[in-house]
Amino acid sequence: MNIEEIRKDFPLLQNRKIAYLDNGATTQKPTKVINAIKEFYEKYNANPHRGAYALSMEATELYEDTRTKVAEFINAKHREEIIFSKNATESLNLIAYSYGMENLKKDDEVVISIMEHHSNLVPWQKVTKVTGSKLNYMYINDEFELSDEEIENKITDRTKIVGIAHVSNVLGTINNVKKIIKYAHKKGAVVIIDASQSIPHMKIDVQDLDADFLVFSGHKMLAPLGVGVLYGKRELLNNMTPFLMGGDMIEYVYEQETTFAPLPNKFEAGTQNVGGVIGLGSAIDYINELGYDKIQKMENEVLGYAKQELSKLNFLELYLTPNDDNHSSVISFNIKGVHPHDVASILDAEGVCVRSGNHCAQPLMRYLEIDSTCRASFYFYNSKEDVDKLINALNKAYNIFKKYVK
Amino acid sequence: MEDLSDVYNELIMEHSMNSYNKKKLPDANLSEMGHNPNCGDEITLELKLNGNVIEDMAFSGHGCAISQASTSIMIDTLKGKTIDEARDIIKTFIGMIKRETKDEAELEKLEDAIAFKNVSNMPARVKCALLAWHTLEDMLNKNQNTGSTNIDCCH
Repeated sequence: MNIEEIRKDFPLLQNRKIAYLDNGATTQKPTKVINAIKEFYEKYNANPHRGAYALSMEATELYEDTRTKVAEFINAKHREEIIFSKNATESLNLIAYSYGMENLKKDDEVVISIMEHHSNLVPWQKVTKVTGSKLNYMYINDEFELSDEEIENKITDRTKIVGIAHVSNVLGTINNVKKIIKYAHKKGAVVIIDASQSIPHMKIDVQDLDADFLVFSGHKMLAPLGVGVLYGKRELLNNMTPFLMGGDMIEYVYEQETTFAPLPNKFEAGTQNVGGVIGLGSAIDYINELGYDKIQKMENEVLGYAKQELSKLNFLELYLTPNDDNHSSVISFNIKGVHPHDVASILDAEGVCVRSGNHCAQPLMRYLEIDSTCRASFYFYNSKEDVDKLINALNKAYNIFKKYVK
Repeated sequence: MEDLSDVYNELIMEHSMNSYNKKKLPDANLSEMGHNPNCGDEITLELKLNGNVIEDMAFSGHGCAISQASTSIMIDTLKGKTIDEARDIIKTFIGMIKRETKDEAELEKLEDAIAFKNVSNMPARVKCALLAWHTLEDMLNKNQNTGSTNIDCCH
């Protein structure tokens, strides 16, 4: 399939004549996914796990089949290791509260990287404060990467939890999570992988990585907004206390005491976003049918072209590693001396959607000594024409500002 | 969207990139910081009141062209005005940006600040244009509540 055919799968790209380059925030949805959700509500909508009637059973089956599909997608050993949540943020909070709060003791250490999204950072501030443990950071080098020395210096015998983004949502740096996991395990720590920015682009195998926990949001990988995944090793999840309490996560409820349901229900209190989960299943089908090889091939072509063209603009400051093998799909940049919000407004007027701001990564911005950046983030349906539109719009923005920039 | 040259025009660009109002005010008797956490825009307004009159005003900080220019042009517009006049103009400016005030005669009192009229067509930038005006409004309200022109709030 060529790019034009692929773009036809995405109604929004047909309806809006824009270069959509904010895929790191959320991706567009293919007709297949939209139809799967529609079909669910038109033919199968009922509350899973609750009714003794056929319709509810069918809804249960669809919901639970999707759990199996997700487990296969990331090669989890057991299907009950997949917990549905509302997004990666909720998954990370679940781990912070149900694992971190219960297991961290005074003077233990939690280690995260300076490039973490606030969702893998703020919960750890809270948990380390309450438990009297310490929150330490692994910092990036001049190439916007984590060096082996930095990893080995920061992960110590006192480290109990390591949290790390697989791919940075600001820099696009691919962290060598397999290596980090191996080293952290040697030190006796559990590792949480935030795969939100990686799973749309690359095959994830939790057993190969030996990840203890791994989280992602569906909406950044073609699925609808409002559904996310928590993967955890079964023995870890079994030993954790529930995060949210309520319906469907219980076994017996007495006036003063409750026993909890086994995995996965223990962590899925209340009616879930079943339509969203069905949509996620369909998104996985789409990705599997297209294949990660094809996705990467298409992306690399456009990403390589974008890097080449952006690096020709000498009024730009780029924040990305020079090592292509360690970089994925996200390019942050600034027009020197111009605030990114002004750049984004001018790009918007030219039909180019990029994100501008601190990207929920204020500590990283402070570390890089900048306030904010513009960020273009790509997916397989982006074309070279999208890149050309971006470059033209950037030239236009620069021309508006150049005579005023000091 | 409107032609961007309406927004990024000469006046706004000059004020945003090279403002003569961006400086320290050594004899200020009021100071207030304003920020938009989403954008990271941050300004500090310094104000010198002489009785009921805004004798001088200056700002420092950083942000996008629209927030910086809006701050600088606000200072030009309100310098020399009484507190009551300033409040009235602030109200008109906020009304213009939120598309609540459209009366041409009413808008005339904004002087150069009328240049931001088209920001009302850019919902994502409304906050940037309003930052300084809201900050000054807060500052005047706080001053009224304490009834003093000598608040030391520059810690």
